[in-house]
Amino acid sequence: MIEHNLPALQVVIPLVAAPLCVVIRNARAVYGMTFVVAWLTFACAVALFIRVADSGDIVYAMGGWVAPWGIEYRVDQLSGFVLVLVAGMGAVVATWAPRGLAAEVAPSKRHLFWALYLLCLSGLLGIAITGDLFNVFVFLEISALSSYGLIALGGRRKALPAAFRYLIMGTIGATFILIGIGLMYMMTGTLNMADMATRLPVDGHRTVLVAFAFLTVGISLKAALFPLHAWLPDAYAYAPSTVSALLAATATKVSVYILLRFFLSVFGADFAFGGMGVGQILMVLAVVGMFVASAAAIFQGNLKRMLAYSSVAQIGYMVLGISLASTAGLTGGIVHLFNHGLIKGGMFMATGCILLRAGSVERDELAGIGKTMPWTMMAWTLGGLGLIGVPGTAGFVSKWYLLQAALEQGHVWLAVLLLLSSLLAVAYVWRVVEQAYFKKPAGIGVGAREAPLSMLLPTLVVIGLTLFFGFWTDFPAGAAGAAAESLLGGALMGGTS
Amino acid sequence: MSEFLGLYPYWVVIFLMMTGFYIVISRGNLIKKVIGLNIFQSSVFLLYISIGKVSGATAPITAEGFEVYGNPLPSVLILTAIVVGVATTSVALALVVRIREAYNTIEEDEIKDEIRTQGAGP
Amino acid sequence: MVALLRRSPNVRETVTLAAGAGTFLTALSLLGDVMAGIRPTFTLVEVFPGLPVQFTLEPLGMMFALIASGLWLVTSVYAIGYMRGHGEENQTRFYACFALSISAAMGVALAGNMLTLFIFYEILTLSTYPLVSHHGTPAAKKGARTYLGVLMGTSVAFLLLAVAWTWVVAGTLDFREGGILAGQAGGGTLLVLLGLYAFGTGKAALMPFHRWLPAAMVAPTPVSALLHAVAVVKAGVFTILKVVVYIFGAETLREIAGSEWLLYVAAATMLLASLVAMGQDNLKRRLAYSTVSQLAYVVLGAALANALGLIGGGLHILTHAFGKITLFFCAGAIYVAAHKTEISEMRGLGRAMPVTMTAFLIGALSVIGIPPLAGSVSKWYLLGATLDAGHIALAVALVVSTLLNVAYLVPIPIRAFFSKPEGDPAGQAGGLREAPAWCLVALSITALGCIALLFWADRVHQLLQPIAAPAAAAGG
Repeated sequence: MIEHNLPALQVVIPLVAAPLCVVIRNARAVYGMTFVVAWLTFACAVALFIRVADSGDIVYAMGGWVAPWGIEYRVDQLSGFVLVLVAGMGAVVATWAPRGLAAEVAPSKRHLFWALYLLCLSGLLGIAITGDLFNVFVFLEISALSSYGLIALGGRRKALPAAFRYLIMGTIGATFILIGIGLMYMMTGTLNMADMATRLPVDGHRTVLVAFAFLTVGISLKAALFPLHAWLPDAYAYAPSTVSALLAATATKVSVYILLRFFLSVFGADFAFGGMGVGQILMVLAVVGMFVASAAAIFQGNLKRMLAYSSVAQIGYMVLGISLASTAGLTGGIVHLFNHGLIKGGMFMATGCILLRAGSVERDELAGIGKTMPWTMMAWTLGGLGLIGVPGTAGFVSKWYLLQAALEQGHVWLAVLLLLSSLLAVAYVWRVVEQAYFKKPAGIGVGAREAPLSMLLPTLVVIGLTLFFGFWTDFPAGAAGAAAESLLGGALMGGTS
Repeated sequence: MSEFLGLYPYWVVIFLMMTGFYIVISRGNLIKKVIGLNIFQSSVFLLYISIGKVSGATAPITAEGFEVYGNPLPSVLILTAIVVGVATTSVALALVVRIREAYNTIEEDEIKDEIRTQGAGP
Repeated sequence: MVALLRRSPNVRETVTLAAGAGTFLTALSLLGDVMAGIRPTFTLVEVFPGLPVQFTLEPLGMMFALIASGLWLVTSVYAIGYMRGHGEENQTRFYACFALSISAAMGVALAGNMLTLFIFYEILTLSTYPLVSHHGTPAAKKGARTYLGVLMGTSVAFLLLAVAWTWVVAGTLDFREGGILAGQAGGGTLLVLLGLYAFGTGKAALMPFHRWLPAAMVAPTPVSALLHAVAVVKAGVFTILKVVVYIFGAETLREIAGSEWLLYVAAATMLLASLVAMGQDNLKRRLAYSTVSQLAYVVLGAALANALGLIGGGLHILTHAFGKITLFFCAGAIYVAAHKTEISEMRGLGRAMPVTMTAFLIGALSVIGIPPLAGSVSKWYLLGATLDAGHIALAVALVVSTLLNVAYLVPIPIRAFFSKPEGDPAGQAGGLREAPAWCLVALSITALGCIALLFWADRVHQLLQPIAAPAAAAGG
């Protein structure tokens, strides 16, 4: 019974737990419940992933209503993979959070914080698991609305305008997606993704093109693809560390996932990349984004803002992989989605540790922090190496696939640009490393102590995983490769039928 | 001409959409931005509802003698979307209230000025 | 590698020495196998399908591993003397990174495919960075930034591109005799790839990517000695040799139309760097430019890609390592004992520090290539290789550069021995003593090595014979 209903439980558990948080009110009890729920969700995700890997896609009809009328949950290689990432980071960040949160969110609001946290998590998971277009919109809004709240809970004054801006941009993006979904429904008469894919080849119909355009812009906004990224840096920089870590690791990744889903599962690669030059446009935007955002990151004094800009650049890598529309490119994009989720999550966690102990994440104030908080800074540095894509880290694996994909298609210039942009990453990571290790401790760096174990350990685990996946690539790259192949294969079938 | 009239709900949709979008972009007052956002969203509600309309059909209630029904699904969907819209508006307004408490203004450029002059702030 | 988290200095140093000895002995024990023609392979983990991290022993790598581990042992002895004599800070970090960088160098030496090599190449760069910026002064940081910038920049922008491209073109990255690129791509592509490899291997310090080496001289001397005379720069030229022999294949390389440019770049680097070296007053910087020029010899040998050239290049890695490390040890010893870094201040130092300066003389002569010292052998091979290939101009360049070597190295010991100290004749020089005993032991060993290698050159030749075999068979 439980096994059969796993796909539903995946989303329902955190969804039900969220209002319970509000009812219980006691901060300690609420946290206990969140902790258990988050790990339960992760267990669900892993179980689903294993089942998909063993016995193929799982289709689950919500409430017994069969598709295409009912809402269908569908777990395939790709969504299973994303579920593991989202649920895993959700659980780890929840484990890591309480000490940092004590300093950032008022006790009276803490139960609300966890309620929103769980809501956001269930929204993100829902997006990944659902097979229904409209459901995507609903879950997108659930996660988005709760993340506006989470960011605003930061307590810092600047968090409020940042959250408001995010709300405006996010809502516009979501509405664009809603328009796109409506038009698609108009043309095909179905909302089920798989069903729609088979009905779709409505050849070159203008309405489909318009829908495609709305969806692309809407999702790009949500994914913070350059030049639609303006909301992201402030939102990540002023949110509580816990929120930054969760959102950086998962939210934009899930948006990239939607992009993949719509482009490849629904429209099919032939439609999405053939003829209209969407692939080329995305490619150019991705590359420009990589450079502009990396360059912007170099000049950020605030570590969190720097990481946020770096996120924008890294999203460029993912989209670049998608825009190449080859197996290697997609594998690279999907692996990078996973790896970057881990790396950025881990780095935001390390940054959160620094914020807690040193009271600031301004680079210039952190002289010598490497001596006073050795483990935290080690984690940060290793994460940074991953961002650069130094061999032996997970970042290298994804970069390797992207490079290979670019060269396979004869885009030597693209490969060169890819590598040059990672040099920019060297610049922004190194400015921090130099500050932390090769200056005498001064100012607040002196007084800082090593982060508490409850925060340090999860951080180290996540960063350790990025190193581990740098060598042992069976799981991330293997799973991503399988997902990429099934996406392209499925799309081809959809295109010819 | 008849084509124009036949498509008139869509013209309304486009007009509303552009109006709302323009307000969001051009106004500095946060409340006005929220209003613009609402108009923008409403246009999409209209779009959905007009999709569901089948000309010459009745409301989708099963009864003797009627063969053609309007499609109920878009209306159902848009009900959800309206709820989402209400939720978004309320969160937005709540944020505006907090912003006003923190900055004593709801004009975007004044907030920016204040952030710049106050530095990092608390 | 161990040596991490050691609180007490004695334990730390003992561990370093023990690990050094252990590594060296391990490498030595493998030597017999390799001589017998066995190529043990050890696969660590398969990172990408068909692309594992794996180690394979082969002659060139064996030699490099022996040099790196052997000289590490010696340098550790030296470093103990130097660091203590100097009361440096952060010694634990120093030793830990030192060990890490040597293990990375071993990884480079034993890599079984280009990916593995690249991985360890990068680790080597990163682990030596803290060593270069050890002092933490603005000058050190600036030097270290140049160091990291150039090495990372070239390796990421060119080398990684070349590696990935090779993978896409050839479908494998294994080191195979005769090369994997033969017949896989057109001449133009190969030419571009050759350029990417040659300049991508920034550690080989081919002009115009040599600036990091003088910049890295801000490091403590043991670091300069080991890393910038042995491990790091040699990893660079070693990579180029490997690429020529096992990726391109010597024969293929010779057939690429237009590949001569590499010869001329190497020759130009050789001469220019020698000229620049003459103008340097800082001893370590002069040595650094000399290294740049000597590295170009090896690249030259590789680019000639005939039997003599390859063996000569390989041999030169060895002989130059011994010669240059001796010189650096001496430079460090002078600094510790007399606190002098500028050549012009070194008048009359030979009387106060006879052992050091004698060793310096031996090292210098070996680097110049005067028989009966080791350096002469490898130079002889290289000279033969240029004549074999019919490049008279290159042979002339070699001779000229040797003369330049004489011009910038010999005056130093001469000045030290024969000219009187400045200022009052006896008073100041009397205050100078020899360097710490640890240092003297180390630099004597390497100096003796310069002499001893002459007699072992034959053995090394035997070891390296197989890599040149295909080239020789093809009539090189």
